[in-house]
Amino acid sequence: MKLNTRLLWITLAPLLLALPFIAGLGGQAWVRILDLAILYVFLALGLNIVVGLAGLLDMGYIAFYAVGAYTWALLASPHFGLHLPFWVILPLGAGFACFLGVLLGAPTLRLRGDYLAIVTLGFGEIIRIFMNNLNAPINITNGPQGINLIDPVRIADFSFSGRTEFIGIIFTSPQKYYYLLLLLVALVIFVNIRLQHSRIGRAWQAIREDEIAAKAIGINTRNMKLLAFAMGASFGGIAGGVFAAMQGFVSPESFSLTESVMVLAMVVLGGMGHIPGVILGAVLLTILPEFLRFALVPVQTLLFGKVLVDPESLRMLLFGLALVLVMRWRPAGLWPARTGGKGGKAS
Amino acid sequence: MTTTKPLLTADHISKHFGGVRALHDISLHINEGEIYGLIGPNGAGKTTFFNCLTGLYIPENGIFTFDGKTLKADAPHLAAQHGIARTFQNIRLFGGMTARENVMIGQHVRSQQGVFGAIFRSPAAREEEAHIVRRAEELLHYVDIADQADELACNLSYGDQRRLEIARALATQPKLLCLDEPAAGMNASETAGLRTLIEGIRQDGTTILLIEHDVKLVMGLCDRVAVLDYGELICQDTPAIVQRDPRVIEAYLGSEELEHRHD
Repeated sequence: MKLNTRLLWITLAPLLLALPFIAGLGGQAWVRILDLAILYVFLALGLNIVVGLAGLLDMGYIAFYAVGAYTWALLASPHFGLHLPFWVILPLGAGFACFLGVLLGAPTLRLRGDYLAIVTLGFGEIIRIFMNNLNAPINITNGPQGINLIDPVRIADFSFSGRTEFIGIIFTSPQKYYYLLLLLVALVIFVNIRLQHSRIGRAWQAIREDEIAAKAIGINTRNMKLLAFAMGASFGGIAGGVFAAMQGFVSPESFSLTESVMVLAMVVLGGMGHIPGVILGAVLLTILPEFLRFALVPVQTLLFGKVLVDPESLRMLLFGLALVLVMRWRPAGLWPARTGGKGGKAS
Repeated sequence: MTTTKPLLTADHISKHFGGVRALHDISLHINEGEIYGLIGPNGAGKTTFFNCLTGLYIPENGIFTFDGKTLKADAPHLAAQHGIARTFQNIRLFGGMTARENVMIGQHVRSQQGVFGAIFRSPAAREEEAHIVRRAEELLHYVDIADQADELACNLSYGDQRRLEIARALATQPKLLCLDEPAAGMNASETAGLRTLIEGIRQDGTTILLIEHDVKLVMGLCDRVAVLDYGELICQDTPAIVQRDPRVIEAYLGSEELEHRHD
């Protein structure tokens, strides 16, 4: 088991490092898609703490992502003329998101399942509508136009925008962001694993399994739920900050309900509470639609001589179909933590 | 080993559900080292009493004094911290987790490790974690299901699930262990095994409050017994005396002339 995982890492690590260059052969657009996939892996793993470990169905997760993104956008763009450094904004964005997470968590402590889902869904929409309308009377968020010309991530003198030549290899901006995101994903995986196999993680799982029994053995369910919300939200905030810096532009449109649903679908489709499953879910749901977008038009022209179905609408159709199929045959997700009832220690 | 020092005192406890008087003015005390039985017909208020004691329900009236301290009524997790552990009438295990993990979670209140300890795995946190695993093994041995440690709790046999729930409760290091119908649904040999287990737990210094329908088990096991009927405490004494009490006999068997009393 131990040897196997090591072997897996030895083969996987060079592949992960080389991936942006392999994707780069197909054009920088593919590297950008790769970045997006990794960003979604990060988001999904953050949400996994709330949904997968603690079992709190959070449908408004994208709100924390939005808060992180707008924190970055407001503090590092010409909009307010502020250009704070990376290591100030990112913790600040995480902190704001964390604060909002607790704010959302506190009144919803007694809710579970569907009821919690509805309240969090409402919360997500409220944040988006705020972003949309906070341009009057005082212009804070610039409303639906969004905020432009956002600073890229800059650590000391090293900027993540533009090209950099390093030991004879030219790194493009998306390729540089890829490595930053990879580092962040490694961090969130580390935190996820460590928490899962700790007193805190077990308490979360206990709440997920049976809240009354958890209370009866002395788990302070209120504090534990707030902690889960706060931690999940912080990761959402960090992801948002990097997203804003990477895109250089944010608008409320990016934080719609569909996004929340997508991230949740990644967690559920992959396998709630199981880290490799969640990663798989996130990668599949970001990469596959892009593949489809590229493949559908040529395939259709080849078969019918013209484009019959718009790739965008077919994408949603296939996405829906995939969800139905997975729920029918693999209700615990594509790669769940414990298969069947064979028991054994979770890896 | 039974002392006369009260571990738990219930003082005029009352609980209503709308117009239903679930508990009315219950006062009793449980001495340290005792096995104390709580019996009564279905719906007499036994489980309600448990739920009030462990903070799941808030009684309208009355206070519990445990180990010299007044219990705060509205925080279930504090009951376990004070040293009251319970099992449930309809078993409530963490079904999707292994037996070992269930007992590990039980040690939550007796460990401290927080987020930072967990993430950075400090030496103190690692030591605590190792201790938790060791203790879980010990407890699984203690209730005799060590061979099932890696099995998911929901896959254990009914009797083993009962034992696992007791192990999980013991993991909180309780001074008082409350068992809610632990023998329900068990066959004769399983009940005999359970009896040995409960006696062993008492030997090791834990006071026990037992709700049970199996009258033979209660009468053979308990030092003292309280009888509830329609939310009222009708009798509290040694099993021998309780068995002869006319009101108890009436509550259990009914009597001709009093048949319409509650109509």
